[in-house]
Amino acid sequence: MKLLTLNFLTCARKTCKSTAAAFPLHPKDAELEQIEIDMNPLFVKNMLPRLEWEAMKTLTQELGLPALPAETPAPEELTTEDGEASQVLKDLHVLLMETSVASGKLVCGNCGHEYAVKEGIANFLLPSHMV
Amino acid sequence: MSRPEDTLPPDLFYNDVESRKYTTSSRIRSIQASMTNRALELLDLQHSSFILDVGCGSGLSGEILTNTEEVDGGPHTWVGMDISSSMLSQALERDVEGDMLLADIGQGVPFRPGSFDAAISISAIQWLCNAESTSEEDAPDRRLKRFFDGLYASLKRGGKAVCQFYPKNAAQRSMISSAAIKAGFGAGILEDDPETKNVKLYLVLTVGGGDITG
Ligand SMILES: [Zn+2]
Repeated sequence: MKLLTLNFLTCARKTCKSTAAAFPLHPKDAELEQIEIDMNPLFVKNMLPRLEWEAMKTLTQELGLPALPAETPAPEELTTEDGEASQVLKDLHVLLMETSVASGKLVCGNCGHEYAVKEGIANFLLPSHMV
Repeated sequence: MSRPEDTLPPDLFYNDVESRKYTTSSRIRSIQASMTNRALELLDLQHSSFILDVGCGSGLSGEILTNTEEVDGGPHTWVGMDISSSMLSQALERDVEGDMLLADIGQGVPFRPGSFDAAISISAIQWLCNAESTSEEDAPDRRLKRFFDGLYASLKRGGKAVCQFYPKNAAQRSMISSAAIKAGFGAGILEDDPETKNVKLYLVLTVGGGDITG
């Protein structure tokens, strides 16, 4: 599961729906993997304003990854003066699109429920009484 | 032929054997591809988008989203949800690029508000009309409500969803579309090849209040 996706995923329980603590989910015993994919500068640029940067910072910190800048990078930081992909864009691509949680758990900060991740797939099936 | 929806719940129906059959049958693959392309045409996406694939199965539609050419507004990045772990295993074997959740769409859509540009669903949402158990929480109307409320919230303002589906009858068709409308969607049903045995229904859903930045 890409770190991009983790920036949008919340706890599935109804009781957690509108509580701030249910996002972001917290990785536990997470194994990371890097999966190379083609860079899509326009997509990254389009997603940038939709990212919750604070959650991104929390996630990278919890995963032991290098610290992110304090604020969401500005769109103009994504290209160099020659119109090429900047280092900021390349770093964002690696972080959001190529870094994945291969296995481990995702824990809700509100209810404590642990969602298992295996082979990159998170199990969000809830027993009926928890829906 | 009996409808799979009438025999078993989807996680049991799409076991390893059925999942492989579904994924490798060239007839099913080509029908699935044409419905996905039709749904994409109806979504009319102008640029690389973040898309939710509801009932993504083995990623047949997802591959098309990944491989959409730049001139056609792609390539897209997708996240899939499916209740069948066998189907998702097939997707893993085929090395699809999207992320996937093992999840029951009748339990809701676990993404924060405004996550996706669009959603697509091929041959999945009629399964919501099956009661998963005798519990009141699992009744079709509750499942439909959780799904459409969740889908509505997970799409950005001005977002769109296209769901190709196979309702069992007129009652199911209107149950599904009225649940979507109740969730807040603008909804319409498009029929391709009406009055034939190849009729295909697309529920086209829009979230009002489009923003300027798209
Ligand atoms: Zn929770």
